[in-house]
Amino acid sequence: MASPARLELTGITKRFPGVLANDNVGFSVKPGEIHALLGENGAGKSTLVKMIYGIMQPDAGEIRWDGQRISVPNPKVARKLGIGMVFQHFSLFEAMTVLENIALGMDAKIPARELESRILAVMGQYGLKLEPHRIVSTLSVGERQRIEIVRALLLNPKLLIMDEPTSVLTPQEVEQLFAVLRKLAEEGCSILYISHKLHEIKALCDTATILRGGQLVDTCDPAVETSRSMAEKMIGGSLKDISRVAGREFGATKLAVKALSLAADGPFGTALSDISFNVRAGEIFGVAGVAGNGQNALLLALSGEATNADPASVTVDGVAVGHMQARARRGHGMGSVPEERNGHAAVPIFTLADNAVLTARDRLGMVRAGLIDAKAARTYAGEVIEAFSVKATGPGAMAESLSGGNLQKYIMGREILQKPQVLIVSQPTWGVDAGAAAAIHQALVDLAATGSAIVVISQDLDELLSLCDTMAVINGGRLSRPMAVADAKIDEIGLLMGGIHGDVAHAH
Amino acid sequence: MRIKLEKRREPSMAMLVTTPIASVLLTMLIGIVVFDLIGIDGFKAVVDIFLSPLLVSYKWQDVAVKAAPLIIIALGLSMGNRAQVWNIGAEGQYVIGALCSAGVGIAFGQTGGFFVVLLMIAAGVAGGGLWAAVPAWLRTKFNVNEILSSLMLTYVSFQVLGYLVGGPWKDPNGRNFPATAPLADSQTLPVWPDSTVHLGVLIALILPFVFWVIMARSEFGYQVRVVGSSTTAARHGGFDSKRTIWATLIIGGAMAGLAGAFEFVGVLHKMDLGFPSGYGFTAIIVAFLGRLNPFGCLIAGIVLAVTYVGGQMAQTSVHIPNSTAGIFQAMMLFFILASDILVRYRIRLIASTKAAGV
Ligand SMILES: Nc1ncnc2c1ncn2[C@@H]1O[C@H](COP(=O)(O)OP(=O)(O)OP(=O)(O)O)[C@@H](O)[C@H]1O
Ligand SMILES: [Mg+2]
Repeated sequence: MASPARLELTGITKRFPGVLANDNVGFSVKPGEIHALLGENGAGKSTLVKMIYGIMQPDAGEIRWDGQRISVPNPKVARKLGIGMVFQHFSLFEAMTVLENIALGMDAKIPARELESRILAVMGQYGLKLEPHRIVSTLSVGERQRIEIVRALLLNPKLLIMDEPTSVLTPQEVEQLFAVLRKLAEEGCSILYISHKLHEIKALCDTATILRGGQLVDTCDPAVETSRSMAEKMIGGSLKDISRVAGREFGATKLAVKALSLAADGPFGTALSDISFNVRAGEIFGVAGVAGNGQNALLLALSGEATNADPASVTVDGVAVGHMQARARRGHGMGSVPEERNGHAAVPIFTLADNAVLTARDRLGMVRAGLIDAKAARTYAGEVIEAFSVKATGPGAMAESLSGGNLQKYIMGREILQKPQVLIVSQPTWGVDAGAAAAIHQALVDLAATGSAIVVISQDLDELLSLCDTMAVINGGRLSRPMAVADAKIDEIGLLMGGIHGDVAHAH
Repeated sequence: MRIKLEKRREPSMAMLVTTPIASVLLTMLIGIVVFDLIGIDGFKAVVDIFLSPLLVSYKWQDVAVKAAPLIIIALGLSMGNRAQVWNIGAEGQYVIGALCSAGVGIAFGQTGGFFVVLLMIAAGVAGGGLWAAVPAWLRTKFNVNEILSSLMLTYVSFQVLGYLVGGPWKDPNGRNFPATAPLADSQTLPVWPDSTVHLGVLIALILPFVFWVIMARSEFGYQVRVVGSSTTAARHGGFDSKRTIWATLIIGGAMAGLAGAFEFVGVLHKMDLGFPSGYGFTAIIVAFLGRLNPFGCLIAGIVLAVTYVGGQMAQTSVHIPNSTAGIFQAMMLFFILASDILVRYRIRLIASTKAAGV
């Protein structure tokens, strides 16, 4: 018999009140194999790996490790076995150095000097660039992720689990990450990789296991599949393309931004300087750029969560709104979706119906004589759930009980169904599966077709290229000259984006 | 077997309701054990403190009169706590409210009647609200923690009380004690015939409904809850966090002032150095035991009032000091805060069948 699998799962079942998150799931991962775990939002991927890493316990089923039956009561035991995990959301202390953060995450106490030399050795071995004495708050998202990876690698893992690691990385960072993962796999470390980006799966993984509704539906070879065929296996149906009316004409200018500048918000924020662009009725305007170049500030300045002394810096349908707060701007037909869903776009401990009230109360008349019309809120939440196929137990479900992608769909739906004249969205399909992403894109295109102006801020270049009519690149708080997507050159965009460290910062 | 805490997806409603009850029961149980250990009949003491006031009907009015201020103050405090505003100076706002009310009474001399009484109550509300506006201003303008400022203002209010009742407002016909002259009969609140139950008690029974409507149904209540759970989400929704802090602190102070005015106009009829009775502090316990829910505050207010009355009864029956009730009240707060974790987390027992392969 061949050597046993590194990890073998049989009959893993996990039930939450009202949901069967994993139903009799079984598959195995060979040593040195890069194994993808695919599935729609809420299919149960995160739940499954949390059980492997000991954060949750399965209700039934068994886990075998190198042929031995094991139980993993907590992450510490998992780490001892040689299981490492990198989460999508990092747990790092902003004000501490890279070294201190790694030391804090170690189970064993290691003298600082020895730890530093081991860190340098690991980084050298895998070509990970990281400065041990930098303060975390000054690092980019990609660099922060590297800390987590180094932390995991220091334990010489035999299995590395990565849950949606690339949704926050730039294309270059993704390439660097893949190089590291391939090297690890060559050395015999198995990798369990969760992502919604199917072209990455094709480029990286040897095998893909597909979950749907908690059940294993297929195991396939990504090399012979197409992104589309894998997406269709996930949703168990066929994937729709974005359909748009050919030869559309844009109308009058709806959103005009003129010489918008904004001071940095705190020591780690980015200042906006002299941003100008126009978006016409029916137009989708994309803002590309590497994370941390002022995208957040731009969203706040446009949505009214940050106000500007100069009213004319932002105008909606000719009305100067630069000095108005979010609520007043909504009154003028503006809507927005910030990138962080928990605690910004939505209140995690509120129900979906209550979250509908947060941004839709004025436009949809949910408040009468100071009292909230709970029925109207429930009805609207129900409509959003229905129209955007949000997997939730209903309008009464807590926002925090939804899987990441499903909450994102709900928030996007909440804004789109209000039919705003101007909609500003950031990372609209962040963590959303291929089927749902297509649905969100279609909804944005349809909204534009009704004559709304839309601004999409995204790090996903493919998304912008397929969705937008016009786009510009933000870098160091400045926006490049807008270009029509039809004749945009990828190299030029890449250069503008990559200009983060100085060279092309002044692109106009 | 090992014990592990696992985060719940949604806070448990069952735990939300049962933990306060369990806290009270646990307090009683520990009380029995501890008193027995120090040689006092613990069972009798606990029965006296927690049950006797409910069993003997002539004590009911005492319970009602003591519950009223606790409920009224706790309602205001819970609203603040929902917005993450921690006003612990309700005692001071209570005293200042009563003083303002007394000031109006003194200004009207012997003139009484509906409007004078109404004006006295209104003065109490305004005084308490203004006293709480100070921490609101300090917090929103200079980011001064309201826990400290509101508490310190409580001590300032005691000094103000001492100055007024010992000086300008001292009863000229009294026996030179630091106290104001008693109110004229026409200046006091109506009471239920042959009892001490005044109109304020009725209002304390109605207010929880009002607060429930505000918190659960109104846009303002929604705003308070959003600001309390995330100021960033509040900003996204178009709510002003600073204004919410102002509003909840002033409402909390106004409620304490109302309670103070009722106590003065309805119960004591004069101000003296003994006026601060700790209701403002005990109301914090009421708010938490009532889970910041208006109806919870109503029930918890009655429970705490029972321990006040029971403490006095136990003084004579088992000869333990009156302050014993305070120990029980503190224990309840301790248990309710400790058991909070069960609302958000569940306990899982993990059978360690086989040691993990290490
Ligand atoms: N602790 C929990 N309590 C109750 N339900 C849960 C819990 N954790 C997850 N669920 C539910 O289990 C299902 C699977 O969730 P899971 O987070 O594993 O999905 P996922 O495949 O990772 O989705 P996504 O791609 O959106 O991240 C969902 O319906 C989710 O709402
Ligand atoms: Mg997930």
